[in-house]
Amino acid sequence: MTGIETTLRLLHDGERDLEQDLLAAAARHHTDHEFHHVALDVARWSREHAARLADAGRDHGLDLSGPRGNPSPGALAALREKASEALGRRPATGLLLLHDLRDLHLAAARNSLHWEMLAQAAQATRDERLLGLVSDCHPQTLRQLRWTNTQIKILAPQILTSV
Amino acid sequence: MDTSADRIADPWGARTPYAPGTPWPSRTDTHLGAGIAERDVERWVQSASLLHSNGDAMDIAVREGRIVGVRGRATDRVNRGRLGPKDLYGWQANASPDRLTRPLVREHGRLVESDWDTAMNRITARTRDLLDDEGPGSIGFYTTGQLFLEEYYTLAVLARAGIGTNHLDGNTRLCTATAAEALKETFGCDGQPGSYEDIDHADTIALFGHNMAETQTVLWMRLLDRLEGSDPPRLVCVDPRHTQTARRADVHLAPRAGTNVALLNALLHEIIRTGRVDRAYVDAHTVGFEELAAMVEECTPRWAAGICDVPAAQIERAAEILGTAERLLSTVLQGVYQSHQATAAAVQVNNLHLIRGMLGRPGRGLLQMNGQPSAENTRECGADGDLAGFRNWQNDQHVAELAAVWNVKPETIPHYAPPTHAMQIFRYAEQGSVRMLWITGTNPAVSLPELSRIRSILAQERLFVVAQDLFLTETAQLADVVLPAATWGEKTGTLTNADRTVHLSEKAVEPPGEARADLDIFLDFAARMDFRDKDDGPLISWHDPESAFAAWQRCSAGRPCDYTGLSYERLRGGSGIQWPCTEQAPDGTARLYTDGITHAHPDTCESYGRDMVTGASVEPVEYRSLNPDGKAVLKAAEYLPPHEDTSADYPLQLITGRTVYHFHTRTKTARAPELNAAAPDVWAEISPAEASAQGLADGDLVQVTTPRGAVRARLRTTAIRDGMVFLPFHYGYWDTPAGHRPPDDGPGRAANETTVTDWDPVSKQPLFKTGAARVTLVARRASGTGARTETAGSST
Repeated sequence: MTGIETTLRLLHDGERDLEQDLLAAAARHHTDHEFHHVALDVARWSREHAARLADAGRDHGLDLSGPRGNPSPGALAALREKASEALGRRPATGLLLLHDLRDLHLAAARNSLHWEMLAQAAQATRDERLLGLVSDCHPQTLRQLRWTNTQIKILAPQILTSV
Repeated sequence: MDTSADRIADPWGARTPYAPGTPWPSRTDTHLGAGIAERDVERWVQSASLLHSNGDAMDIAVREGRIVGVRGRATDRVNRGRLGPKDLYGWQANASPDRLTRPLVREHGRLVESDWDTAMNRITARTRDLLDDEGPGSIGFYTTGQLFLEEYYTLAVLARAGIGTNHLDGNTRLCTATAAEALKETFGCDGQPGSYEDIDHADTIALFGHNMAETQTVLWMRLLDRLEGSDPPRLVCVDPRHTQTARRADVHLAPRAGTNVALLNALLHEIIRTGRVDRAYVDAHTVGFEELAAMVEECTPRWAAGICDVPAAQIERAAEILGTAERLLSTVLQGVYQSHQATAAAVQVNNLHLIRGMLGRPGRGLLQMNGQPSAENTRECGADGDLAGFRNWQNDQHVAELAAVWNVKPETIPHYAPPTHAMQIFRYAEQGSVRMLWITGTNPAVSLPELSRIRSILAQERLFVVAQDLFLTETAQLADVVLPAATWGEKTGTLTNADRTVHLSEKAVEPPGEARADLDIFLDFAARMDFRDKDDGPLISWHDPESAFAAWQRCSAGRPCDYTGLSYERLRGGSGIQWPCTEQAPDGTARLYTDGITHAHPDTCESYGRDMVTGASVEPVEYRSLNPDGKAVLKAAEYLPPHEDTSADYPLQLITGRTVYHFHTRTKTARAPELNAAAPDVWAEISPAEASAQGLADGDLVQVTTPRGAVRARLRTTAIRDGMVFLPFHYGYWDTPAGHRPPDDGPGRAANETTVTDWDPVSKQPLFKTGAARVTLVARRASGTGARTETAGSST
């Protein structure tokens, strides 16, 4: 497997995981309404990325599965939502949200760096299709990064200083 | 003169047609109480409307120390003497027997009458305890769009520099936050670009989610007078209901709720496709055209028709009208601001004007409207999630400037994150990190979404709630301390309307009992807390409305909302004046951006902008490289499906809205007999086709149910989209046996029992017009009782 193929696979898996992580976190933080809704919106980007990476993988002889079958949160998520509503009033949920945001940010940063690697390789090999894919998708990964960063910036002062 | 005609049956009164480019004729509307003639009036005291955002100037009639009526001010630029029904009748609420006249404090679970010393000492004691034990982040303030400028400014200084909290916002979050945010996104700074006079000049007027006939009756009179005059403007209306406004439109688009971005992107697509872009204007004054053009390239009318359920030909027809206008005026209100992708949609209206070069000239105007009378002041003064004077929290220079005005250290003013918006303040209270919430002049227990949640937050033992109001509202009933406030006609101050017109409203009569002006309450609190500046002088050095106004003028100097050329004296006698008003522009400023974009430069702008989908802040460096010369930003936005879609269980889209006869939660308008009689109780609207499909008929008692809760209401079939139900949001519980909530375990009367907790990630405005519901029969209309299906305004 070439470096490009390895990176495609890693990124594909990373976007797949990020979608699932976003859906799970959205369900966990049902009572942090803005986070909940935006997480579902930006999960859609990762889903599209995984699908497009699976297509690109075929050009490179890779068999990538694409996004997981169920785009909407399933039964487990419904349970999580119920739990989050019951527990949503406890201050500790704030800390949990901050940690989830941190993990989502790191996962998106990992994906972003893989996009960067692919962009560089695509330029070096003059792979127009791959370059087109990166320039369509990478900006959305950067938006996921800015979003998690902004949320942390807004929430940390309140959550970390409240007694 | 239009005197005391039945303005319930005819909210807009007689026509005074006029031709384009000519002044709007005056018409003086008067209403005096029963048995009072003009010769009985002892004094006329200058004021302006407090029951909507239009800023209609009026004089208050006084006899024997009581308000006995009102008369429009014919000299005023805004209304030329006209008044709407809420103003003609609403003044009677001032003298309601159930006004709060003494402070109340909670003793053993019950609110009991008290005195000012006891009440204020409880507040200051709790404030000090919280500051010592938990820090300033444990204290929040939730204010309104219905106080005066002087009061917001004082509140902003005491909250941000006195307490040092980041948690100060207004209920303007519900009505005007998207207007402010859309202007910031496009022009770098808040500030209404257009002027009401643009109606006099426009050849085309587009109303986006703005039922002007009911929300700004006097502005609608102006438009009706143009429609009846020679060479009338063409009208485009976007509204899912066939309102009185829509009935006058040349093209009425009635999209599915939550699809505004798709519709607007298609309109932009058509304007670009047909070559109606003003390239010279775009090149000189904007950045981002290529990105916008790329974003809307695929957004054909046919594509949008599939999403919005509006015929593609109608979208093309609307685009044709907008694209061929020579003088285009657009207005935007809650149909956009309280719907899915609020800011993204409002910004596309800005984009429409920019790519067509329709800005800064008579008739070429853009009005991102407000809902409340002094919402603009909440925004300017920094009581609405921004820093005073449209200053940028991310710009250290701006913070330093503000610190100099207040004579405090910059680090005294929290600016490590955007000022906290209302929905987040309530979330912090829910989680227990906000322990005190001081609510002034608003009623969240009826006006916020998902009321069972709001009630449970306000009722928490650990949360100390102060409510400052005229009446024992639903919210006040849940408070720990209730402060009786004076209102319009009982105190002096200024207020600024949706087209930047500043009016003076003078005290006409004494407030009832021990009620006090909000300004005096804030000054008393500041004095008791002994807030100090950095030289150990008093943080707040003013003592009355006029000195507070002078302090605000210093804060506004050099900013877009510059008040330095105004004074109480200049505002007395004549017409209201539009800011900026300075030595260079002593008569005020009709239109912003007459010579290009002036407040978007990275050093000047109020905001660097936010991501249209996620709300993530744009960093200063990024903004500087995108827009180094401070042009208008053409911000593109992709359409996203609404967060709550219809389903088998909840097959209808739910939207909430207003009637011409009521304001907010009816605290005043339900206490004016004519207004209350015109719309005494909640109703639900669906289309005749929808009703017959479900076997329902006019007058049936129905239940509107969502995953959050349920409302019972009489059914009216009206010309609304099929597949949609409408509920007016005004009705609560203060005039029902339960007082502040639905009857035990029963369905409620407040539309917000059913609404979803979701807000626009950019403006943080709650989305009252994007939810899913079902309507079921509770009881048939008793035979023989006539179901009222049509009144002048309320059912349409």
